[in-house]
Amino acid sequence: MAACGAAVEAAYWGKKHGVKVTLVDKAALDRSGAVAMGLSAINQYMGLSGRAQNKNTVEDYVDYVTRDLMGITRQDLVYDIARHVDSSVHLFEQWGLPIWKTGEGKYVNEGRWQLLINGESYKVIVAEAAKNALGPENIYERIFILEPLLDGDRVAGAVGFSVRENKFFVFKAKAVLVAMGGAVGVFKPRSTGEGLGRSWYPPFSTGSSAYFTIRSGAEMTCQEVRFIPVRFKDAYGPVGAWFLHFKSRATSALGGEYMVERRAELEKWGPYGLARPIPANLRNYLGMLDCFEGKGPVYMRTDEAIARLAAQGEGDARALKKKMKQLETEAWEDFLDMTISQALLWAATNTEPEKRSSEIAAAEPYFIGSHSGASGAWVSGPADLAPSEYFWGYGNMTTVRGLFAAGDASGASSHKFSSGSHAEGRIAAKSAVKFILENSVRPDVDGAVVEELKDRIYRPLATYEKYRNYTTNPDINPNYIRPKMYMYRLQKLMDEYAGGVSANFSTNTPSLERALELLAFLREDAEKLAAQDLHELMRCWENVHRTWQAEAHVRTVLFREETRWPGYYYRADYPEMDEKNWHCFANITWNPASGQWTCAKRPVLHIL
Amino acid sequence: MPAFIIAEKCDGCKGRDRTACMYACPNDLMVLDKVTMKAYNRDPWMCWECLCCAKICPQQAIDLRGYADFVPLGASAIPLRSTDSILWTIRFRNGTVKRFKFPVRNTEEGSAVPGGKFGPGRAEDINSPYLFTEPASLGVELPVLKK
Repeated sequence: MAACGAAVEAAYWGKKHGVKVTLVDKAALDRSGAVAMGLSAINQYMGLSGRAQNKNTVEDYVDYVTRDLMGITRQDLVYDIARHVDSSVHLFEQWGLPIWKTGEGKYVNEGRWQLLINGESYKVIVAEAAKNALGPENIYERIFILEPLLDGDRVAGAVGFSVRENKFFVFKAKAVLVAMGGAVGVFKPRSTGEGLGRSWYPPFSTGSSAYFTIRSGAEMTCQEVRFIPVRFKDAYGPVGAWFLHFKSRATSALGGEYMVERRAELEKWGPYGLARPIPANLRNYLGMLDCFEGKGPVYMRTDEAIARLAAQGEGDARALKKKMKQLETEAWEDFLDMTISQALLWAATNTEPEKRSSEIAAAEPYFIGSHSGASGAWVSGPADLAPSEYFWGYGNMTTVRGLFAAGDASGASSHKFSSGSHAEGRIAAKSAVKFILENSVRPDVDGAVVEELKDRIYRPLATYEKYRNYTTNPDINPNYIRPKMYMYRLQKLMDEYAGGVSANFSTNTPSLERALELLAFLREDAEKLAAQDLHELMRCWENVHRTWQAEAHVRTVLFREETRWPGYYYRADYPEMDEKNWHCFANITWNPASGQWTCAKRPVLHIL
Repeated sequence: MPAFIIAEKCDGCKGRDRTACMYACPNDLMVLDKVTMKAYNRDPWMCWECLCCAKICPQQAIDLRGYADFVPLGASAIPLRSTDSILWTIRFRNGTVKRFKFPVRNTEEGSAVPGGKFGPGRAEDINSPYLFTEPASLGVELPVLKK
């Protein structure tokens, strides 16, 4: 979404000022990224102009996001996205996205900020506008971008390879905008057979944004603020419509309502624990406490919710029947628009939501700057909003000159979701064009560096060819490691030592240090990754990207000596929140020259 | 296997300019076997079950078999997507069938104008905080911080 927003905005300013814009996608723009399948809701909409049932202010939103992230957020960035997001949503509607309307023609609010949509083709529609803006000659598809090109302290472009033909690509650029998604598959998922692919966020978001910005030497923020979604168990169907639209309750297997019974726990996490709505990670945490005590599984009480809503039509048999049909259709569309697997799982288990409840569960950890996690690059705020500590010339520029980030690639600006990511892509793109106009000297690209990168990137193919005949089964060979087993190795160590599912999302200093030790071995062995074809070569590099996201995470979790987001991870050796010492950002930078990582505190400065 | 291809129905998109499922799959899973001229899902363990392949397949040759490690056999979820709507047929393990039809877009395919009907707005200045359709596309003046 961020890339498509960037495309329409950059195309406009580029045309006006004679700047060439190129878009590179790992897949096909129509169906790439997190919205590939579709969505059943737009989660960020202010309603500033009165077009929706709810009317909010930008300040309301900033306040909500700040509390949800336990006080640690960049209000300047959140404000900037929120003041532009309605613009993007109004464009989506004109491009053809069906948004639900009331009888009076207002957008239907699912929740305070959420709009209901018929969103199967959400990405197709948004991509179409991007393609029409840029023109097909400026769009490169099926190119996997791997490494940044640098010229001193400035970005100079990017290199990548085609996953379909034997072609290496060198993109030289005065500015680069990164919008390559979040990271999935860093931690071991709950399903480890075929269901490995049924991650909540897509399995093709593999940490490429984080890798690209880290390797450029950009300062990263909130690398510890992973996201753990609580979703319908196993197929990870969305719960938003059930909680917000159908007003469903969640209870333990024993029938207790943990959000009520464990209310006192929230006081330990004040002032955020007392905020309404209760921060996502604390809602997770209360449910987890039930599960840790053996009171699981936790259920979404769908049957009870539908019965209550249907009761509104009671006394009139026809009205009741009509209402039941409408609720059933809404419930199924919610899944079919964005998590088809969940609809299939319901069908395969003969589950009709009006007749029986369904299990919900905390999923494995994800890295996602656009939702209720916050990981991403540390970027400059906008000129008119950012305090001087947060402003270095160009909004959404990372600490590397000419390198911009948006969507999951930029951090500390959570809750932008699909619509806000699109708006942020637009903001970043305009800013990048401004940078180019004011820094028009073309950066140098060292040909020797490009050759070295090319050699390194294709090495797994050469490794496989060189050694494959040494043994009789290509899967067992002491000279190399294949990408799937490499991924399992990463996931196992992260799960067990960095607070994954099997560690009850809990970790401590010795565990994190062990994780770093095992990650060092893994990084060494990454040099021995082997690929039998271009597809597997992509898998090799996806896993290298994941590894760097993993290391940035472990190091930052270790650095922050407190527990602030207990429903995301729990530091057993520092089990409490420490406002005095840790009401700040924990940032991390990798130095491309020395290869050293450095953590640093940055102040939280509120603009409201 | 997640998304799988029914051998009898797949014609390899012969005579078309591209193999549809191969074009669409966001995870590069669909491959055309040039000997049999049929497509296949090369890595079921990496399939998200997004059905971008099935929705675009001109032969309706693609179906879903749920993840074998947690989905009981016997159900199906089949999409039939047209230019303005999608029709779903959901078959339960116990034989129950449900059909749903939802709109997917309100405009002609290909018609999306980048600036919509908002035009270039007041955003003539690269230094201003306005995006190129603003403030018309916002419907209100751009909010600024009251200091």
